[in-house]
Amino acid sequence: MLAASGAEPDPGERLMATVVFSSELQQLTGEASAQVDASDYRGLVAQLVGRYAKLDQQALMAMAVAIDGEIVHDPLLEPVSADSEVHFLYKISGG
Amino acid sequence: MSEATDMHREFKYIGQRTIRPDGYDKVTGRANYGADLALPGMVWGKVLRSPHAHAKIVSINTSKAEAHPDVLAVATFADFPGGSHPAVHDLARNILAEDKALYHGHAVAAVAARSARVAEEALALIEVKYKPLKPVLKVEDAMQEGSPLLHEDMFTEGYEKKPSKPSNIATRAEMKIGDVAAGFAEADIVVERDFYTPTAHQGYIEPHACTVRYDEDGQSMVWCCTQGHFDVRASTAKILGMELGALKVVPSEIGGGFGGKTTIYLEPVALVLSKKSGRPVKMVMDRDEVFIATGPTSAAKLWAKVGAKKDGTITAMEGRIAFEAGAFKGSPMMPGVMAMFTPYDCPNIRVEGFDVVVNKSKVAAYRAPGAPQSEFAAEMVVNELAEKLGMDPIDLRLKNAAKEGTQTIYGPKLKRVGLVECLEAAKNSPHYQSALQQGGGRSVAAGFWFNIGGQSSVTINMNPDGTGTIVEGSPDIGGSRASMQMMAAEELGIPLNNLKPIIADTENVAVSQGTGGSRTTFATGMATIEAARNVVQQFKERAAALWNVTPDQVNYADGVAKNTAGEDQLTVAEICKNAEKTGGQISGQGNLNARGAGPSFAVHVCDVAVDQDTGKVDVLRYTAIQDAGKAIHPGYVEGQYQGGAVQGIGWALNEEYVFSDQGVMENPGFLDYRIPLASDLPMIETVLVEVPNAFHPYGVRGVGETGIIPPLAAVGYAVGSAIGAKVEELPCSPPRVLSLIQASA
Repeated sequence: MLAASGAEPDPGERLMATVVFSSELQQLTGEASAQVDASDYRGLVAQLVGRYAKLDQQALMAMAVAIDGEIVHDPLLEPVSADSEVHFLYKISGG
Repeated sequence: MSEATDMHREFKYIGQRTIRPDGYDKVTGRANYGADLALPGMVWGKVLRSPHAHAKIVSINTSKAEAHPDVLAVATFADFPGGSHPAVHDLARNILAEDKALYHGHAVAAVAARSARVAEEALALIEVKYKPLKPVLKVEDAMQEGSPLLHEDMFTEGYEKKPSKPSNIATRAEMKIGDVAAGFAEADIVVERDFYTPTAHQGYIEPHACTVRYDEDGQSMVWCCTQGHFDVRASTAKILGMELGALKVVPSEIGGGFGGKTTIYLEPVALVLSKKSGRPVKMVMDRDEVFIATGPTSAAKLWAKVGAKKDGTITAMEGRIAFEAGAFKGSPMMPGVMAMFTPYDCPNIRVEGFDVVVNKSKVAAYRAPGAPQSEFAAEMVVNELAEKLGMDPIDLRLKNAAKEGTQTIYGPKLKRVGLVECLEAAKNSPHYQSALQQGGGRSVAAGFWFNIGGQSSVTINMNPDGTGTIVEGSPDIGGSRASMQMMAAEELGIPLNNLKPIIADTENVAVSQGTGGSRTTFATGMATIEAARNVVQQFKERAAALWNVTPDQVNYADGVAKNTAGEDQLTVAEICKNAEKTGGQISGQGNLNARGAGPSFAVHVCDVAVDQDTGKVDVLRYTAIQDAGKAIHPGYVEGQYQGGAVQGIGWALNEEYVFSDQGVMENPGFLDYRIPLASDLPMIETVLVEVPNAFHPYGVRGVGETGIIPPLAAVGYAVGSAIGAKVEELPCSPPRVLSLIQASA
């Protein structure tokens, strides 16, 4: 289930993870953030792709992610908590 | 994963300056490097390179070379069965040109002959017809509409709408937070300036080299110097259409890499030549080949702007960076964008970046790829801002320093980081507290690098006498054998020398990512700790079995298992001696994909003197301060700080590729491409700051990358201060500095 970030929370509604879009992804979503009800990264991406037609599932799955500030390069099965903050990141390598 | 660091743990080995386990081999010459392997029946491979920086390859005629009695094989791009696979197409046609030569020195064909001399001579028998094209050598020229195109099918990515015309700009990216225009409107003072950094090489001492043996039965072997032998296997197998299991890659010792050995140049060619000739093939690059045909780092055009209130509060920062990728797309522009202003807690930041192809060799990673260039521009304008505000440059940075909770331009807020601690250590350092030599210049600069985790695999095999072997898959570039030995000994509670660390080939340890990105001590260290803890658990189980109790009734510490239900105790040697009776030998596994890498910040202080008559710069004193999280081996950490600083100083002072108008590199050797010598520099002073990374069991952050970032601005601004001018271009070589002196006179 998804809700727009600015929506007033229903007191009876369960908490959802917040996905914060980078300025580049905002070009594709038209929104700065989204609330997502998912228990893991795979489910989170599936929901986002379902909502934002311009988001590409393969491209998202190839990105790194920061979940509550912890950067994960291959997050496929990574759990997402109801109060998590999630950012998609360019995957850094190094020298 | 939750935060994992035990902040209160007291260490026995971690933090000590232990003797390196590979030291004797290296100082006695016993260590075997890339060119050191010889096999029975081996022949030599050599590469024919393009004399043109940009040319259509009309035809390649190899018949005369093939007819030479001592030539056993010739290879071209057509011999790569998987060369056109999208995943490796650019890599393959960089290794051997497909239909265009895209830089001077681009490999076009190769031969294998009975001797290196004959192979060299036989190259002249290969007839290549070129149709020369106008080269484009500078990023600003390549971005112009109407510029000669390297790739007719390349359209700029990163715009919402696909451009209608092809371009040399491969990618455009933009990242921002806040409202930059509003931020600058708030500012009382604004500084902006254009900058340029040149093409610079990693300058590793050991040239690329490999010895290979193709085997029709699926047992082919590559011996090579590399930062990541699993990556060599993956790329080579893909290009040659081989299964991974058919190719074993054995990493030799490595004589420096600094990012430059994270890709491949020779290995697929050598395997083709070996397959065709039926002989093992050795290929070793000459020094000039290393310069002209392997990846340096990007030259970059940069623009930076910063605005602040009179009290020093930075209100906005903006940058535009254009990176040369060389002949194929894929410069480190994106990390440059992400890192540019990360040392600052500023609410309004915008950075735009461009990845641009030019007729130069394809760039490769170099220590903190992308960050030295972009952060150079940022740090230069921040220093100028401090000067205009009349503020101490460290105080200005302390007022605006990134810290826990700072919103980054690339997404997450920072967790706990050590920039403030580094700035305070710099301010209190004997160097910064000392008086500057009259007429000299002093400056400071900060640096940030992300650090990464990734896949690492470690096995610890215990022997029946209680000694063991740590089998890791990360080539040892900066002392990882020592740090793995220390971490395993710490967990197992046994003497260091009872554990021998080795780097296994691709058949003898599970996949591990290469050594780079400052990941090995962090990620392979986590794998080592996991493997050691797995061994400890087995020690408990085996002791429990001998005592007929449960494992949770066994305490294990300092290499001794104790029965909490009785008085019994067993040493590691006794447990291992009995292993055959309790289930077989003991072996612990640690295969993981590490996450939670913690960024490392640095602050450098530099004093220079400038000869006003010649423009020659002498570094008088230099101090590198950096957050290590937890220094496993402080001596190695200091070495990383010093090495990074020296490479950055070289980049700032002398190192640059010099090209003719036709794109021929004119200084492909260490006499003319001048890296700093020990006699050129003072001892680099170091200060270790330790702000633990909460996601590592010991608090480790990577340390290898960040040290190269601050020197560009620390040196550049110090030189400017000494001569009363603003440095905008690196390197600050004598002719360039002299012209600045003359212009400002």
